Amino acid sequence: MTATAADPASAATSGSDVLLEVRNLVQEFVLRDFGGAKGGVLQAVADVSFDLHVGETLGIVGETGSGKSTLARSVIQAPPPRRGQVIFQGQDLVGLSRGALKSARRNLQMVFQDPFTSLDPRWTVASIVEEPLVAYSEGSRDGRRGRVSELLDLVGLDPIRYGGRHPHELSGGQCQRVAVARALALSPKLILCDEPVSSLDVLVQAQVLNLFEKLREELGLAYLFIAHDLALVKQVSDRVAVMYLGKLCEIGPVRSIFTAPLHPYTLALLNSIPSPDPTVGRRETASVISGELPSPLDPPSGCRFRTRCPRAADRCAAEVPELRTLASGHQVACHFPLSENGAGLVTVAADVGGTTAATTTVAAGSPASANPDSTG
Amino acid sequence: MAAAAAEGAPASVQLGPSPLLEVSDLRVTFRTRAASIHAVQGISFSVEPGQTLAIIGESGSGKTVSAQAVMGILPRTATVSGSIRFKGDELVGRSEHELRDYRGRNVAMVFQNPERSLNPTMRIGTQIAEAILSHLKVDRKEAHERAVELLRMVRLQAPERRFYEYPHQLSGGMRQRVMIAIALACGPALLIADEATTALDVTTQAQIMDLLMDLQQQTGTALLMISHDLGLAASYAEEVIVMYAGKVVEQAPTKELFADVRMPYTQALLDAIPRIETEPHVLLPVIGGRPPDLAVIPSGCSFAPRCPAVQDDCREQAPPLRQHEPGRWWACWHPYRKGAPE
Repeated sequence: MTATAADPASAATSGSDVLLEVRNLVQEFVLRDFGGAKGGVLQAVADVSFDLHVGETLGIVGETGSGKSTLARSVIQAPPPRRGQVIFQGQDLVGLSRGALKSARRNLQMVFQDPFTSLDPRWTVASIVEEPLVAYSEGSRDGRRGRVSELLDLVGLDPIRYGGRHPHELSGGQCQRVAVARALALSPKLILCDEPVSSLDVLVQAQVLNLFEKLREELGLAYLFIAHDLALVKQVSDRVAVMYLGKLCEIGPVRSIFTAPLHPYTLALLNSIPSPDPTVGRRETASVISGELPSPLDPPSGCRFRTRCPRAADRCAAEVPELRTLASGHQVACHFPLSENGAGLVTVAADVGGTTAATTTVAAGSPASANPDSTG
Repeated sequence: MAAAAAEGAPASVQLGPSPLLEVSDLRVTFRTRAASIHAVQGISFSVEPGQTLAIIGESGSGKTVSAQAVMGILPRTATVSGSIRFKGDELVGRSEHELRDYRGRNVAMVFQNPERSLNPTMRIGTQIAEAILSHLKVDRKEAHERAVELLRMVRLQAPERRFYEYPHQLSGGMRQRVMIAIALACGPALLIADEATTALDVTTQAQIMDLLMDLQQQTGTALLMISHDLGLAASYAEEVIVMYAGKVVEQAPTKELFADVRMPYTQALLDAIPRIETEPHVLLPVIGGRPPDLAVIPSGCSFAPRCPAVQDDCREQAPPLRQHEPGRWWACWHPYRKGAPE
């Protein structure tokens, strides 16, 4: 269990409205050899828990194979996770009947990476955006048309000019706007974005990011924003979770993750980003992690990052590090985190520890300062 | 306006004694049934031995087509004019046979997708050895030894064993290392990396870039990086060329460029990048519009319709790329100037 729900500090930031609770989520895929014999079990998401509050953006970063996309798909039950709970608006989605899941998913929409393949090339823009309304039998025909115009306006596409076009007549950025309009059609509470801008050029990417920001403010949307680009995640998120090989390494308010990362992997990620400011210079090569991602079929014992970690010790191989709270709202799964100051040496069990940790002074991680600024 | 002084600067041509690669007034046009696409509209640049130069631009800016022209691997539908000189030899107009001889020993390329560039049915060692055998006069045994040596050079663990593995047994980063080994097989004087790390994770990208930089130090190979990522260029290149709509719009030494951008397009690109240093939820300054249609050559500056600093003369006449200050080139009538009076 994570402490986010029990942690008074993080609950206070976004009100007590928890929109999505993910508890001990495990997703596995059975690999088959020739003839259908069981070849191995790939644990893509291993015991991940987090909360997402109403109107909050949680960024999830990780590299290829970290399980971030699988996590998003498990949340929308496509396919349902092997174990664990996905409690959305108070209802556990795991094990729901088809009909119940359909009505629950109204408030839970997804935007994918590739705007071209996620839109049907034979449909017009207007019918793509209308489709969810038809599927949920929303409104009359005229009512739906009006709603489509409204939605296209909202994402910055002229409904008269673009409504009748097909996806191949649009640019990548425009297609992604259509995908966003479709996701918004049913006025969802939460949008899962899986690398929504990574296939776009930088100028178009900035336009779409600003669109997400505008919608968040105007509609009070919550996002689960998945990306491999840390700077991009920082741009949009209130809180950030870092994943490695199916495990949650670190989760916390965006400022403390970026200014005072606790997990060595987070630091390695931050050090790997080439900065557009050449005066920053290239980071020291020593801080870039070496080696290859271990096979997810046979993850390392104990801490999964230990084979590439500069701080690894015997304990890391023997014992799986549990997620524990070190600063207020900031949790890390590491035996030897980078900064033990403040809450450090109090090794508190994650779900009890919130109260003690929250009172210690860690300036960067103070959630009181972390959230209200986001509106201004 | 401060621009007047810049315009008056003499457009002197300052090239080194003998550049490795000299591209001048390169034009590439693709003829389709409907229209002629002017992908590259007269670009000039040179690469000195051992230099690291980055060409930056968005999709459709012509950066990859320029690199393909230098490699001599443009499709048959392309019409090339202008001049590409490598060590003084003209490449434009050469036959495929002559170009094949030139590639490999002189210039090699690493592409974005190592999956697509490697043959999935051949052992990686054999693929490297093949590259060696096709360009150098050595026997199979020597080629094998050199392939293992190259695998060691690109820091693959246990190169003797890796020699016999197939591409699917390697990760994306390892495959890109194999591609680099193939590219370096015949000791090229120029290595072109076309979005070589774009498909890789950031930590792997950092490993590959560090490897490329080390190899460059060891071998003295010049590196031409083609990328959309200004951050990558800022971190690794000595000089940066910015392309927009088939033209070079700004060129400068990296440090000077990023400290003091002149061309509004370059500034727009820089502004649009989310930064680790900025606060969350701050809107990015964006410009509207889209890059122009390359089938039509506009009368004025091709960036004018989107430019925040546009003035009337921008629409009438296209600004030429000129050297306004030593080493600093830009194509703009009204460039930005940091700390300028007024």
